[in-house]
Amino acid sequence: MHGRVKVKSTAQQEEEKRKEREKKLKIYVAARDACFSKRKEGIFDDEALQISQQLLSSNPDFATLWNYRREILMHLETVKEEDEVQKIYVAELSFLESCLKVNPKSYGSWHHRWWVSTRLPKPDWARELNLCDRCLSLDDRNFHCWDYRRMVVMMSGVPVDQELAFTDRLIGSNFSNYSSWHYRSTLLPLLHPESPEPTSPCHKPPQSSTPPSPQILSHRVCEEQLLKEYELVQNAFFTDPNDQSAWFYYRWLLGRAEREEMISCVYVCRDEERVAVAFSGPVNAQACGLLLVLDGLPQRVEWRSVHPRFKHSPVWICDFPPGTISDIPNEHNLTVHWTEKPTHRDCALYTGRSESWCRDSATDQELFRSELSVEKTSVLQSELQSCNQLQELEPLNKWCLLTIILLMRALDPLGYEKETLAHFQTLKEVDSMRSAYYSDLCSKFMIENTILKMEYAEVRVFSISDKNLTTLCHLDQLLLVTHINLSSNQLQRLPPQFAMLQCLEVLEADNNSIENLEGVYHLPKLEEIILKNNKISSLSDLQPLASCPKLKRLDLRGNPVTQTADVESKLAELLPSVTDLLL
Amino acid sequence: MATEELPSEFDVVILGTGLAESVAAAAFSRVGQKVLHLDRRSYYAANWASFTFNALLTWIQQQQEEPQPQEVQDWSSLLEEGEELIYLSQSNSASIRNVQVFCFTSEEDEEEAPDTTEEEDSADPQVETEEEAEEASHKEGEEPEPPQPLPPPAQNQSEPEPPQTLPPPSQSQSEPEPPQTLLPPAQSQSEPEPPQTLPPPAQSEPEPPQTLPPPAQNQSEPESPQTLPPPAQNQSEPPQTLPPPAQSKKKISYAHLVREGRRFNIDLVSKLMFSRGSLVDLLIKSNVSRYAEFKNVTRILTYRQGRVEQVPCSRSDVFASRQLSVVEKRKLMRFLTSCAEETEEQRAYNGRPYLEFLSDQKLGDNLQHFLLHSIAMVTEATPTEQGLAATRHFLRCLGRYGNTPFLFPVYGLGEIPQCFCRMCAVFGGIYCLRHSVSCLLLDTHSNRCKAVIDSRGQRISCSHVVLEEGFVGAERKRSSTPPRFLSRAVLITDGSILPTDSEQQVSLVTVPPAAGGPAVKMVELSPSTMTCSAGTYLVHLTCPSVGSAHQDLSPLVTSMFRTPESPDHDGPSVLWCLFFNMADGSGVEAEGHDLPENVHLSSGPDAELGHEHAVRQAESIFQKILPEEEFCPPAPNPEDIIYDGDTGDTEGDTVNTGDTGDTDGDTGDTVNTGDTVNTGDTDGDTGDTVNTGDTMNTDGDKTSPGEEEERQAVSEE
Repeated sequence: MHGRVKVKSTAQQEEEKRKEREKKLKIYVAARDACFSKRKEGIFDDEALQISQQLLSSNPDFATLWNYRREILMHLETVKEEDEVQKIYVAELSFLESCLKVNPKSYGSWHHRWWVSTRLPKPDWARELNLCDRCLSLDDRNFHCWDYRRMVVMMSGVPVDQELAFTDRLIGSNFSNYSSWHYRSTLLPLLHPESPEPTSPCHKPPQSSTPPSPQILSHRVCEEQLLKEYELVQNAFFTDPNDQSAWFYYRWLLGRAEREEMISCVYVCRDEERVAVAFSGPVNAQACGLLLVLDGLPQRVEWRSVHPRFKHSPVWICDFPPGTISDIPNEHNLTVHWTEKPTHRDCALYTGRSESWCRDSATDQELFRSELSVEKTSVLQSELQSCNQLQELEPLNKWCLLTIILLMRALDPLGYEKETLAHFQTLKEVDSMRSAYYSDLCSKFMIENTILKMEYAEVRVFSISDKNLTTLCHLDQLLLVTHINLSSNQLQRLPPQFAMLQCLEVLEADNNSIENLEGVYHLPKLEEIILKNNKISSLSDLQPLASCPKLKRLDLRGNPVTQTADVESKLAELLPSVTDLLL
Repeated sequence: MATEELPSEFDVVILGTGLAESVAAAAFSRVGQKVLHLDRRSYYAANWASFTFNALLTWIQQQQEEPQPQEVQDWSSLLEEGEELIYLSQSNSASIRNVQVFCFTSEEDEEEAPDTTEEEDSADPQVETEEEAEEASHKEGEEPEPPQPLPPPAQNQSEPEPPQTLPPPSQSQSEPEPPQTLLPPAQSQSEPEPPQTLPPPAQSEPEPPQTLPPPAQNQSEPESPQTLPPPAQNQSEPPQTLPPPAQSKKKISYAHLVREGRRFNIDLVSKLMFSRGSLVDLLIKSNVSRYAEFKNVTRILTYRQGRVEQVPCSRSDVFASRQLSVVEKRKLMRFLTSCAEETEEQRAYNGRPYLEFLSDQKLGDNLQHFLLHSIAMVTEATPTEQGLAATRHFLRCLGRYGNTPFLFPVYGLGEIPQCFCRMCAVFGGIYCLRHSVSCLLLDTHSNRCKAVIDSRGQRISCSHVVLEEGFVGAERKRSSTPPRFLSRAVLITDGSILPTDSEQQVSLVTVPPAAGGPAVKMVELSPSTMTCSAGTYLVHLTCPSVGSAHQDLSPLVTSMFRTPESPDHDGPSVLWCLFFNMADGSGVEAEGHDLPENVHLSSGPDAELGHEHAVRQAESIFQKILPEEEFCPPAPNPEDIIYDGDTGDTEGDTVNTGDTGDTDGDTGDTVNTGDTVNTGDTDGDTGDTVNTGDTMNTDGDKTSPGEEEERQAVSEE
């Protein structure tokens, strides 16, 4: 039509662009080759600096060229005056800025900037900080920039309160940001440390804090600040309960210091002339300087874990040479020293007794309230109320449900057992992708509750039948249990940790889905195993039982293995001690 | 183009450079139509225009002048056989009325008369005529003669519909009686000699006559001297003419406003651009966006129970809000997410008021207020489906460019029609200002307009004519409903109504209807939008008219700002304000007028916040004329245009903005916003990037391959 602006056709444009690209590629390749050959010849001149700059400004991820530039710059440092070096480096910084514009997430550019910044004779940290802030305002999750910024803050000694205000700002503009929350968690203990509280020995473990200040401080935060943080984070999860970052920060806030490492139990048995030691966490007893003193004399013993699979384990055992403590009329005094940590535990084996132990019970240590219990009950109670309020509005929010469960456990694990189970049920429905995780977590909590009940009853019988257990845990707490009833659960295996039940005599595990008995291993007192209606399919699965010397009764009814040909004779061969076999 | 003859043949002749006409002009020109675009005014954008402070004063003066009866020239000599003339209306004053201006600040910089410090405090309207009230009387009285008669008569004179005209007069009587109060100052003014007050402004200003207009200062408030105390306190300062340092302490004087007048870009209409509204879509689609820059509106406020509050509408607002409880936060977020989709539950409320739906959601008063008045921006009676649609529109627009759904063009809304005119010109459209069409030439056989006769008597043939509605006399218009009006107020204030750390907030303030009045939309612009000078804020108020603009809006101004009527208010002070009524363009029917079928009518601004009306109008005119053609297709990139010597290539150069992006997708949605880095209110590097392009005002020839510039600017400072 008349007067219409003529526009190039697409084919024409494409062709032009293609040619353009070809031309560019040629130039690029030529420049690259020139750079490489210069480097080979060891030429560190301005021209090389220029060529590599051109190349890098179109492709900032060319690591070799950055290396070459560093070589050149280091060479120039040796031949030029400081003022000139400063100028070169400042120019380098502004060149880097243009590279970051091309690709704000270029590893090469950020790394080079780091390198330049630390070599700059007169660094301008304020400017670097400004750059970081701008980058983060464009993409608040640019982890390269976060990383670099931490370095800048460290080098320039930005005051902690200023940094906290910085996280305030970032969280304010977008709270879905792990980096900001996490940074906050490292700053708060520096700015508002927990007042030294000499109350309980389990709460004091010092831990060195990460950024600016090298002071040794607790990573806990004083209560006043903590309450403010609760408010902040509640605002976040009420605004968007599906955002994980706030919930994780909340967990951190509610969390408590790591427990002190200690020897939690020493058990000694006259018959087997054996000592078992339980620790608060997994250790390697062979390497941690464990010293056993019997009646005042250090003993040379060999510590071994309960199962050859474990190099680290919370339970270790050792055997005395025969005849050391088998003399029933005599009393023996044992001390286990943990020389690495200055701690020890005594245990006396009195006259006429066949076994003895000394320990802190789970109830003494408030072991299972651990995760959240450091706060005052009133605080936790009000947090629980807020979460319940949120849950009323968002009955299907998994983060909220999970947090409620944790708060309930911290407050009163037994009292809230029923509600906890109901919440777990909802969780499995709303987040079916993770139902197995919730089942395992629920199993853990049920086991903890059962342990508590057992402790209160002061018995050595652990009974947890028909609770939908899918996994076993806290088995180190069951060191002294003689009778365990796990029937009618959904267990698939008795894991290697099961070997920590050193005093076990009767194992009832009927009506599960057990196919693996790895953990029934060297249990010196085990006499009876009831495995009716499980999924043990081959004789080799029963192999571990052969290591239990006292095993007499075995119930294998309802297992596929019973269909094996000649099962009876083969079993007799495998387990000669068994006299009472049900197939 | 002054004496040159225009070409005598065009495809489309367009009269008026308002938004709808300008968009239509660009659309026609873009697809190759020969366009002649005229405006009898001396400025672009008609009632959509933006003025510097001084130009606004001129405009005010023009509005207040008696429309000069133009002698209708007889062009019948130009007629050929079978032709008839249709004369067009030549007056453009009908769309603006009731212009009233008040100046509440001192005339001069407070450099002299330190001895007046005391008496202002005891200021009393009666005593004020004494010698010490010298300065006060300047303010009130200077040049009162011309403006005097205007306001009151204007109200009554031209209101056509009786029911509406009745309230205004009666109200105006019950008011502090502007006409009467005008007189005393006028008398008092005779003592201090007005000329004395004038010299300083006259010095600083090239055109003294324009500085006089502050004219219409019919300071209707008798207590005006009370506005002085603040300045008076600082009067002892040594004569300093440097404005910026003084601002923080001194009250900004009228002289200062005049001196800084060029920093102002004061819009006649007050609208915002919904970031997914039809105007933004059109700007992007047509590549016209490259001619302008935009700022995000940074917050939405509401005026409630005498307090200005921030409306939390985005996720981060809700998170940061201190006025909402956590439970309210949850409820609000849940409501906002859930209403994105239509549900059975919502449908059940169709036809019933939105308010009822909201109250059944058990959101509580706070949230209900926010949702109804500030987010949906509807009334209590609006049906649920409309309320929800408005809410959804708001939410869709949210987060595209920032934390609110709105953009505002840097340098004012008047930029937008001009951008489209520029596009039209680039593709060959011809522009003449101060040039009009006297009459249409009707072919009596076909009943089509075959030509127009311009104001100089040139006969220009054309196939179609687009007329701004004001060109058509009432006798030819189909007036099904009486014309409606908007009430507008423009304030220059000395502070934000809700100050924050940042002084560069751009705020939309929704004011729910009070006592049966209409809801008022208020926009507060900071200097970052390049519409006002440093230290001032430009506030626009708009509502559908009930009475005159002053009657409709001044009570609200008094309750939200410090004015002579509310001297104890702790909010920002109003330094200067303007009230006027403007015809509401939404009342104009598209068809059915007594006009040839190829003459198309477009209307001025409507009352809505967005620009949907004008864009829709332009598109429908375009499609009626060229149903087969695409409306505003993307303009080609400058380097893709083949220059063969004669077709519009000279203009082609001016478009070299280097915005080559449209092939790689992510610039497709590009709208330029001013320094995104400093405001930090864009959402990163997504397809919706807001980039720092070049303004219309710069000559913008960034011809380098474009993509790099689009990336976030990390440059050093």
